[in-house]
Amino acid sequence: MHEFLTSLFSGVLDGYLYPFILEGMLLTIELALLSLVLALALGMLTAVAKLSQSFAARTVAGIYTTVIRGVPDLVLMFIIFFGGQLLVNNFGAWLLEVSDEAMGWEYIEISEFVAGVFTIGVVFGAYMGETFRGGILAVSRGEIEAGHAYGMTRAQVFFRITFPAAVRHALPGFGNNWLVLAKATALVSIIGLEDMVFRAAQAGGTVRKPFTFYLAVALLYLVITAVSDVGLRWLNKRYSVGVRSA
Amino acid sequence: MDVEAIVSNLPLYLEGLWITVQLVVLALAAGLVLSVPIAIAAASHNPLVYALPKTYIYFFRGTPLLVQMFIIYYGFAQFQAVQESFLWPVLKEAYWCALIAFTLNTAGYTSEILRGAIRQTAFGEIEAAKACGMSAALVYRRIILPSAFRRALPAYGNEVIFMLHGSAVAGVITIVDLFGAARIVNSRHFVPFESFITAGVFYLCLTFMIIWAFKRLEKRWFAYLRPREE
Repeated sequence: MHEFLTSLFSGVLDGYLYPFILEGMLLTIELALLSLVLALALGMLTAVAKLSQSFAARTVAGIYTTVIRGVPDLVLMFIIFFGGQLLVNNFGAWLLEVSDEAMGWEYIEISEFVAGVFTIGVVFGAYMGETFRGGILAVSRGEIEAGHAYGMTRAQVFFRITFPAAVRHALPGFGNNWLVLAKATALVSIIGLEDMVFRAAQAGGTVRKPFTFYLAVALLYLVITAVSDVGLRWLNKRYSVGVRSA
Repeated sequence: MDVEAIVSNLPLYLEGLWITVQLVVLALAAGLVLSVPIAIAAASHNPLVYALPKTYIYFFRGTPLLVQMFIIYYGFAQFQAVQESFLWPVLKEAYWCALIAFTLNTAGYTSEILRGAIRQTAFGEIEAAKACGMSAALVYRRIILPSAFRRALPAYGNEVIFMLHGSAVAGVITIVDLFGAARIVNSRHFVPFESFITAGVFYLCLTFMIIWAFKRLEKRWFAYLRPREE
C-alpha cells in the first residue's frame, strides 16, 4: 500500500504530497472526528439542560452557549492551551502541598492534540447544543403525547419517538456545524500541531512554493467538504424516510 | 490574577480593538458590494452564468479563512511577476492581505445567503412586476432585491458575527488586532489567562453589540409582520 501510494503520488508537489501532506490530512481528520464526538456529547447535554425544569441547569447551559458563541474559537484555543496548562499545573502543585505529596503532580505538559480536540469540542458543543435544542423543540407535541398515552416511560418516549424525529430536524444544522468544525481544525496549526496546514507551510517554505502548497491544502479541504456532503445527504435521506415531499 | 499587566496594556488593547473594527467593517462593506452581482449571477438558471460564481462560492465557503489568508499573504510572493507588479506594495503588507482575504471570504458567504433569498422570491411578485411592464433590471431593483435583502437579514447577522470571530486570524500574520494585542501582552508578562480572556471580553462585547444592532434592524425591516398594537 505504502509503495503503491508513493509511486502513485511520486513527484506530486515535489514528492511532498505523500506521505508528508497526506499524513497531515489524516491528523486533520482524526482531530475533526474526535472533536465531533466531544461536541456531540456536550451538545446533547446542553440541549437537555436548556430544556430541563431546573433553573440552575438552564442558567449554566445558557452562559456556556452565550460565552462560547461570543468569543472567537482562536482566542478560546489560546485560553485553553496556554491557560489550561497553567491551571492544571497550579492545581497539581496545590494538591501536592495540601496532601503532603500524597497526591498531585509535578508538571504535566498538555499536548497540542489534546488542547485542540478539547477546544474545538467545547466550542462546537455550544453550537450543537443550540441545533439539538431546536431539533427537539420541532418534534410535534402530539407524537410525544401519543407515546405517553401508550404507556411508554419517559425514557422510552425519548429514545423511540423524540430522538429519531429530532435527528431529522437537527440534521441540516448538524451538517453546517460539521463543515464549520472541519475548517476550524486549521487553527490548531497555530499552536504547533502538525496538521495539513502546518505541513504545507513547512514544505512550501522548503521548496519556495507557498502558493502551490497552500492551494493544494485548500483543495484537500474541499475534498473533505465534498465527501461530507455526500455522507450528509445519505443521512438526510435515511432519517427522512417517512416524510413525503414533492 | 495580574490586573496590573492588563491595565498597563489597555492602550494596546484599544489600538487592537480599533484595528479589528476597521478590518471587519471594511471587509463587510466591500464584501457586501461584491456579493450582490455574484449572488444575482449565481441565482441564474443558465449554467454558463452560474458556473463561475457558484465555483467561487464553493471555494470560499469550503476552505478555511486561515488558508485563504495564507495563500494571499505568503503565497503570492512565490511569483516573480507579482513581486514586480504595481500590486506588490499592497500585497506585501499584512494588513491589506488580511483585508483582501476577509473581503473575498465574506463575499462568498454573503453571496450564498443572498442567492438563497433571491431564489425564494414569491413568483407571483415577479409575474406581477412583469405584467406591469417592468424590465428585468427594474424587476431586480424594485421587487426582487429589496425583499431578498429583507429575507437575508437574520442569516447576514450571523455572518457578521462569524466575520468578527474569523478576523482574529489577522493576529497570526503580525497584525496587532485584538488577538494580536493579547499575544503581545502574553509574551511580555506571561499571563495567558488574563491576556486572552481580556481579548475575549472585548470580542464578547462586540458580538453583543452586533446582535443588538441586528435585532433593531429586524424590528424595523420586519415591522409589517408584527401584530398590530392596540
